[in-house]
Parts: sequence; structure tokens; C-alpha cells
Amino acid sequence: MYGLTFDIAHMLAGSLVLVSFMQLYQDRLFALLNLFALHALVLALSVACQAYIQDAPHLYVTAAIALVFKAIVIPVTLHRIIARLGIHREIETVGGVGLTMLAGIGLVALSMVVMLRVTAGADPLTREDLAFALSVVLLGLLMMVTRRNAVSQVIGFMSLENGLVLAATGAKGMPMVVEISVAFSILIAFIVIGIFLFRIRERFDTVDVGALDRFRGERR
Amino acid sequence: MNVGSFDAVSAVLGIPIVAAAILAILPGYWLSARLNVVAALLTFLAALSFFLERPAVGSYFHIDDLNVVFIVLTTFVAFTTSVFSASYIAHEIEIGRLTPNYLRFYHAMYQILMFAMNLALVSNNIGLMWVAIEIATLTTVLMVGIYRTHEALEAAWKYFILGSVGIALALFGTILVYLAARPVIGEGTDAMVWTVLISRAAAFDPALLNVAFVFLLLGYGTKVGLAPLHAWLPDAHAEGPTPISAVLSGLLLNVALYALLRFKMLLAATPHTVAPGQLMVTMGLVSLIFASFMLYRRRDIKRMFAYSSIEHMGIIVFAFGMGGPLANFAGLLHMVMHSLTKSAIFFAVGHIAQVKGTQKIADIGGLTETNPVLGWGLVLGVIAIAGLPPLGIFMSEFLVVSSTFAREPLLAIPLVFGILLALGALFMHLNTIAFGEPRGPTAKAEASYVPMFAHLTLVFVSGIYMPSALVTWFQNVAKLLG
Repeated sequence: MYGLTFDIAHMLAGSLVLVSFMQLYQDRLFALLNLFALHALVLALSVACQAYIQDAPHLYVTAAIALVFKAIVIPVTLHRIIARLGIHREIETVGGVGLTMLAGIGLVALSMVVMLRVTAGADPLTREDLAFALSVVLLGLLMMVTRRNAVSQVIGFMSLENGLVLAATGAKGMPMVVEISVAFSILIAFIVIGIFLFRIRERFDTVDVGALDRFRGERR
Repeated sequence: MNVGSFDAVSAVLGIPIVAAAILAILPGYWLSARLNVVAALLTFLAALSFFLERPAVGSYFHIDDLNVVFIVLTTFVAFTTSVFSASYIAHEIEIGRLTPNYLRFYHAMYQILMFAMNLALVSNNIGLMWVAIEIATLTTVLMVGIYRTHEALEAAWKYFILGSVGIALALFGTILVYLAARPVIGEGTDAMVWTVLISRAAAFDPALLNVAFVFLLLGYGTKVGLAPLHAWLPDAHAEGPTPISAVLSGLLLNVALYALLRFKMLLAATPHTVAPGQLMVTMGLVSLIFASFMLYRRRDIKRMFAYSSIEHMGIIVFAFGMGGPLANFAGLLHMVMHSLTKSAIFFAVGHIAQVKGTQKIADIGGLTETNPVLGWGLVLGVIAIAGLPPLGIFMSEFLVVSSTFAREPLLAIPLVFGILLALGALFMHLNTIAFGEPRGPTAKAEASYVPMFAHLTLVFVSGIYMPSALVTWFQNVAKLLG
């Protein structure tokens, strides 16, 4: 009953969740970065697909931003930063991979239950898009929580943000989507510049956020 | 459309932007500090003109009884803080903690922060409001990290990550609100315009709005500093420049709260939604009691007052959560009083930390002997913030407690417990700081006391007498909040 485009949009949004899962268990920084580039690429395709379905040309701008900025510029920059800082080895995680994956599955189930129930009145494309988007957001949060490394936390945040862009484009006719995706790109640029300028490694000798706790204002 | 009043909105937004551009290229401390003050004053005057004449409601900006209170408060505290900042920064340059380049950056950021907060307050579009709060978050992150010490960078990073997650969740909530509104209002900009949303709210899908509110509460609640989402707040307050601590506590928390209140009104206007009040009451109480306990073990003076901010935001969110004309009135009053008092305290603390060269409570002592004006100013501020009569916070806290007793006596017990707990902690630390044997350097402070005492006088006067026009105004707003 829904055409081919519906299936494609559905598949792309689903792949975004899948790539989020792959990020969850990836424990090397460069591989994680490549996965994030893939994440952004899938997002760009998904947004372009939405733009086609909704006949909303301005969404192509959002897709282009996702493609150029998030799939190319940011990963390349981060790649260079990581290489320069020499922190490309494995990442310390909190809790085991198995536990994290189980938690991830639980979160996806949760978002499906919540979103499909409350959006009963909306059209199917929006419903599924939102359910997938919330899954991506929650998986991004999970990744930020389970990683102790600043760079991988940032990657977690960026994939969380990809989920938000998916939700915003899935909400048919939503105004300001382009503005919001630009605002988010600025935010991400800030993070990357932050890592680079603050030179976390120089200041702290490590990018392991756990070590930052040493410098609490209240130790005697 | 009224041309004259439209100018007031553009002035409130335009003056900070123009000032930021000039301050970014202007070398020299003396001139830029004064320009900062002048720009803040002009913005405040422009904001005052909203009392005389309201601009027409547009699809991006609107002024109503509620946000006028916030705008005038924000621009006023921004103005007094800029006066304090001038003398504070002079000392920072003297001891070489800030270089001229960073100073240009600091002043420009200060004005951009003002712009972002004003934009969030005047915006009629929930998307625009979100963008404005994001800009405000980013500028404060940069300012918190401006000293570039270990601690400052850690604080900025923590604030940044937690703040970003918060605004990301808030955006998801905003998208859901749009989705709830779309079937009723139709696609396009109108479905994000707050005045349109509130007028058609009765027909929205309640289930979707419920989920949206949870995201908005968690998202903007992070920025309000509600426990357990408060972790960024003490660090950001303690490690940034003190004028920024004053602005964070006194203004930015309010702006996030304002966003939350707007959505609460939306939920209240839709039948069959969960009562947003209960969620807010719970988070408010948790924040209050948690922060009150945390106050006891503080060793850093700025961190202590940061926890006190969490405590008071807890009380305010609790009051708004209770709802009803009286509790809303109390919450609104408490918010204004807290902003004035807490920024006055930070003005004092800023100079104290400069005189003593440390923020450690253990190294500061006998201030009333060595620096009587600063010391007694701090004592007065702490008396006010602890909620002793006859100052303004006593009155607002009394209203919160008495309205709670009247409706939910059981909730009043933890509320009073939390307030008393905080009072004990504040006086315990105040005793070390202000009285007893003088400790640390005893140099005279080169401070401008005017902003601090201006705030304290306002708090003192409003504790004793409030003009009836102001009371009626607040009552109207309280009714508006439902």
C-alpha cells in the first residue's frame, strides 16, 4: 500500500539504528570514527529520501550538511586530531560489551513501545521514523555513559544528534529544520575545536575523562 | 503593527549584538569595560519600555505579562553585573590572570550571552527559543573555561557535555510538541508559534504531549540545575570568572525555567495530560533536600553558593509545580528575590576571593574585621538567602510554605526540613568566613560596592513593602501560569 519510497525510508532509518549498535561495541577509535562517518552517510541518505517523499526541497540542504560536514569534514578532522594526539588505541569502557548491548536492546524496545503507542494517530512513516530516531538518541546517550574517553563521548553525542535530525526531518512540514541542523553543526564544530584547542591531552596527560576527576576544586 | 514598540524588541536584541561586535575588536580594558556597562544599561532601558508599550504579537516575537518580568529582571541584573565585572576584571588583569585578547573575547561573549537570553525570553517560537538557549549554553561554556586551568577546563567540559545532552533532549521534546500540534494547526511555522499553540492546545493529542514534556523537563531541567541533572552546575560556578557565576545563577537558570514554564502552561491547557505539577514538585523537593545536605561539606566558597542556587531552584520549581495563584505568585517572587540576592552574594564573593587570593573557605576568616564593607555585605546577603526576616526571600519562602501547608500539609514537612537544613549549613560556613580570627591576606579591596548594595537594598525593601501595582502585576502573571 505504501510505495517503494516508504520501504527505502524505513530501511535507511533502520540502518541508522543498526550502525548505532555497531558503534556501541566498537572499541578502537579509528574504527569508531569510520562508523560515525557511515552513520552520518546513512543519515544524509535518509534525510534526502524524506525530502523526496515530502517534496520538501529545503531538506536537501539538511542532507547536504549531514553529508559534507558530518560524514566528511568532522571525521577527517577528528582523525587527524587523534593521530596527532596519539590516542588511537583501544578505548576503556565501563561495563562489558555484552551488558552494554543488552542495555541497548532494552532501550530500543523501550523507544518502540513508547513512541508507537503515543503516535497512534500519526501517519506510519512519521511513527516509525520517530521510533527509530528515539532509539538512535537513546543509544547515543548509552554510548556517552559507557565510554570513558572524551573523543568517543563526543562521537556518542554526535550520533545522538543524528537521531534528532532524523526526528526533525521525519516530522512532516516542521519549520526551521535547516536552521536547527545548522545550529547543531555549529555545536559540533565547537566540540571538535574544543578538543583541539583545549588540548585535553596536554592539559591532562590523557583523554580519559575519569582522570579529570582528580582536579576537583574540593580536594584538600 | 506598531512601529515604535517593534523598535523596543529590536533594541533589546540589537544593542547586545552591536556591542558584541564592537567589543570584539576594541582593544584596551578601560574603554571596553565601560562600553559593556553602557550597552547593558541601554538594553535595560529598552526593556523597561515594554511596560509602557507592548509590541504586537508576531510569529517570532511576543511580549506578555509573563516574559516582561523575566526580561526586565535579566537586563537589570545584566547591567549591575557589568558594573561589578568592570572592577572585578580590572583586578584580574592586574594579577595577570587574563590577557587583553581574552578580555576582548570575554566582553564580546558577555554581550552575546545577553543577546541569547533576551532572544529566548522574547521569542514566540519554540524552535527559536531552543536555538537561543543553545547559544546561551555555548557562550557560557566558553566563558567558564576562560582561565584555562585544569579545573576550569574540566568544569567547561562537564558543563558542555551535560548541557549539550540537555538541549538535545529538549529539542526532541520540541519536535514532539510540533507533532502533537500538527494535526490541529496544520504544517508550517504556525505549529511552532507559542501563542497559536496555547490557543489551540485543547485539541492536542495528550499522550504525545506527555512524552514531550518528559523530554522537555529532563532537557531544560538540566539547564535549571535540578538534581540529579545538576552535576555541571557547581563546577561551572566555581571555576569561571565570578561575574559569570552571578549571571549563571541569577539569570541563565531562570531562562531555562522560563522555557519549562511555557511548556507547563501548554500542558495545563490540554485536557487528559499527566499533571506536570507532580513531576516538578518531586524534582524540586529532591533538588532542595539534596542540595541542602551537600551544603555542609563544601570547602570552596563559590561551590557552596552554587549548591545554594540548586536549593533555591528546587524551591522555585516546587512552587510552580504546586500551581495555583498563591504558589505561582510565591514562586515568581522567590525567583526574582533569588536572582537579586544570589548575584549580590557573588559580587561580594568575587571581591573576597580576589582579596584573599583563594576560594577555600578554610583560608578565609574574620572578614568583618579586615574588610568590613565586604564582610558585612556578605553577612547581609547570606541572611537574605537563608530566608530570615525581614528580607524578601523570607516573604517568598513563607508564602511557598504556607500555601503548601494549606493544600498538601505532608509535602510541607520535607520542604521546611530542607530550608532549615540549608539555613544551618549557610550559617555554619558564614561563621568561619565572616567572624573569628582573621585569616589570609588583609589587603583592602578595590571594589565597587554599588551593585551589591543596590541588590540587597531592593531585596530588603521588597521584604518590608511591595508597591501594590507590582503585587497586582505578579498576581496577574500567577493566574496566567494556571
